[in-house]
Amino acid sequence: MSREILLGDEAVGLGAIHAGISGVYAYPGTPSTEIFEFVERKAKKKNDIHAFWSTNEKVAYEEALGMSWAGKRALIVMKHVGLNVAADAFMNSALTGTNGGMVLAVADDPGMHSSQNEQDSRYFAQFALIPCFEPKNQQESYDVMHEAFELSEELALPVMVRLVTRLAHSRAGVETREQRPQNLLRPSKEIKKWTLLPSNARVQYSHLTDIQPTLLQLAEDSVHNELELRGKLGVLTCGIAENYLRENLEKDHDFSILSIRQYPIPAEKVRKFVEHVDELLILEDGYPLMENSVRGLFGLVGAKVRGRMTGELPRTGELTPDLVREALGLPKLETAHDLSGEIARRPPALCKGCPHTDSFRALNEALNIFDDPQVFSDIGCYTLAALPPLEAVHSCVAMGASIGMAAGAAHAGYLPAVAAIGDSTFSHGGITPMLSAVQQNVNLNVLILDNDTVGMTGTQRSMSTGATLDKIVHGTGIDPEHIRIIEPLPKNHEVNVKIMREELAYEGTSVIIARRACIEAIKR
Amino acid sequence: MEKNIILAGVGGQGILSIAYVIDNAALDAGFNFRQAEVHGMAQRGGAVQSNLRYSDGELHSDIIPQGLCDLIVAVEPLEVMRYWHYLRPDGWVVTSVTPYVNIPDYPEMEGLLAELSTLPNMVMVDTGRLAKAAGNLRSQNMVIVGAASNRLNFTEDQLLKHVDGLFARKGEKIVAVNRRAFSLGRQTGAFYRGLVDGGMSALNALKLSTKLNPESLAVKHAPTWVEALDGDEAKLTAVLEHDGEVNADAASAFG
Repeated sequence: MSREILLGDEAVGLGAIHAGISGVYAYPGTPSTEIFEFVERKAKKKNDIHAFWSTNEKVAYEEALGMSWAGKRALIVMKHVGLNVAADAFMNSALTGTNGGMVLAVADDPGMHSSQNEQDSRYFAQFALIPCFEPKNQQESYDVMHEAFELSEELALPVMVRLVTRLAHSRAGVETREQRPQNLLRPSKEIKKWTLLPSNARVQYSHLTDIQPTLLQLAEDSVHNELELRGKLGVLTCGIAENYLRENLEKDHDFSILSIRQYPIPAEKVRKFVEHVDELLILEDGYPLMENSVRGLFGLVGAKVRGRMTGELPRTGELTPDLVREALGLPKLETAHDLSGEIARRPPALCKGCPHTDSFRALNEALNIFDDPQVFSDIGCYTLAALPPLEAVHSCVAMGASIGMAAGAAHAGYLPAVAAIGDSTFSHGGITPMLSAVQQNVNLNVLILDNDTVGMTGTQRSMSTGATLDKIVHGTGIDPEHIRIIEPLPKNHEVNVKIMREELAYEGTSVIIARRACIEAIKR
Repeated sequence: MEKNIILAGVGGQGILSIAYVIDNAALDAGFNFRQAEVHGMAQRGGAVQSNLRYSDGELHSDIIPQGLCDLIVAVEPLEVMRYWHYLRPDGWVVTSVTPYVNIPDYPEMEGLLAELSTLPNMVMVDTGRLAKAAGNLRSQNMVIVGAASNRLNFTEDQLLKHVDGLFARKGEKIVAVNRRAFSLGRQTGAFYRGLVDGGMSALNALKLSTKLNPESLAVKHAPTWVEALDGDEAKLTAVLEHDGEVNADAASAFG
């Protein structure tokens, strides 16, 4: 046993290693990235865990499912919106079930520190009818990985571990245990369960619904769901919300507390709690899943329920100890200074010397022959080009969406239809809409910003860069004359503008690859 | 004992290195600790902070509640104001006065320092100057840890051990630079506080401690300067306008 300093993310990674995983599968995405990177770093020494970034979350999920099929334990890692991409495989894996233990660690981002939305992955666990752990601190993040893998093998189901940004990116000392050996290769022989033809799928779905009482009983008995009955005022917390409550309580407080960290919702425990209290406050970091469940469609008889839906807490955004304090009706603590006046904002920006800056300067000039041109963009560092001083892009929706949306706008008659997307985002979700556009020869200009890395999340390996990217673009069947490669540098500005103008004038699908390595990646 | 610290700065200034040093010292001491940090988009030159807490008792929240922050350690002066509403009434601020200007509306420096100096429990050091003196402008983060080290619950050696650990990979020279940066920060911070505690105004203490040869600064010299200058602005001006380097033991020459 030793004590190590670990991020919540790293605790999940180390927990998975010690639980005997043979593979980790992921696509980078804040706040989940460090889980994979930690395992990768550790695995490098012994080279006994497969750790290679996947092209997207769906691929990651399917690779992990294959490893599970083969009898070994696999960890899948993604951010909340990544699970949307993996949802097809995810939902169906609840029906196929697993062979070797398979755990999905998904990191939600309440408050949208680095995301497009703050969707709550607990709904996905509920939707798929699988168990979910929601650890409250770094130690529990480490500990539940052992349990999650055991449970996955016991039930032959995937298990979710849900983190939030605050836990994912916070460090603490964590006590660790001995490593469990990895599973041996033991491929599944249960062909029917893996072949979801309707006749088999019906059997599998019935099985999944049949074992729900078992899942529920596990949650009722779970040490992670703690009931502490005291006074008539109750607080029900989920995951890390318990910490914000305890931060505000005196030792001899009189609140009854129910802390939930394992799902499905343990209905009996909740009933016992609700019957004991007159009034209850529900604290959860994310959507009001628990609150809405407890209140039901028509309200709870016998006790008053407060939370995000009743205004005691904000409907959106991350919980904080201060918000919880206010919701508890406690007075504000005195401070040395007020938050006074307007403090100059310091938003993130593209780095000095970033190739994207040169690409967008050229694009802005090339487009200035149009009246108020709008550019569809994507998810990466280059999304920062939406902000001053560049203000060069005008959308950011989902991985790869720039190309599909620009194509749709072109279908509607919008000119010029321009999409700007990075090399890694292109491999993640841009290839399929690109193929679709080329096959129809849509009047579309795609600018692929090839900086040879996944920049925003910390310069991870990109799957489609350089010669590979060129071949993929050629492979879509696009007219090779309309694949142009430029080097985004200030000295090439004039010629880059000229090339962009030529392709804007072309009536068909064209691709400009702006190729220059990320300066952050070069530094490393 | 419980200590709640907000580390403040701009993405790229090395906030997480400061956290590393303090986290490890806390681990060695057997304390519980929590340290929440910012990853992702904001690291690209945006405002970043880390909430760092350690205690010999239980800790719950990763985020420091408003009114419970004991200490703000800032690598950049403007960033103090983003978090000072978390500071408890008797809390401390240890800040660099070297601005990081990457926005068009960065406030004018004199007004900013005047506003910061309204907080009584303040330590201001010119990290840019001290880091340069240590041998590398990038060591400003270690200067500020040094300046804050007097407010932490660890000895100088307990912290320096992890300055060594942090930079070992980069070679002896870089380790030496960062150790020097830490020491200069520690001495200068203590000297500055010595002046203020002796009755000198915050801004004058900053000016004087920025003028003197950093290698020569020691807290023991502070009272001699307070006495020599005796609240006389003209005497201070004479020091500030003195051609060439002034050592910390030369107070009597300006009395």
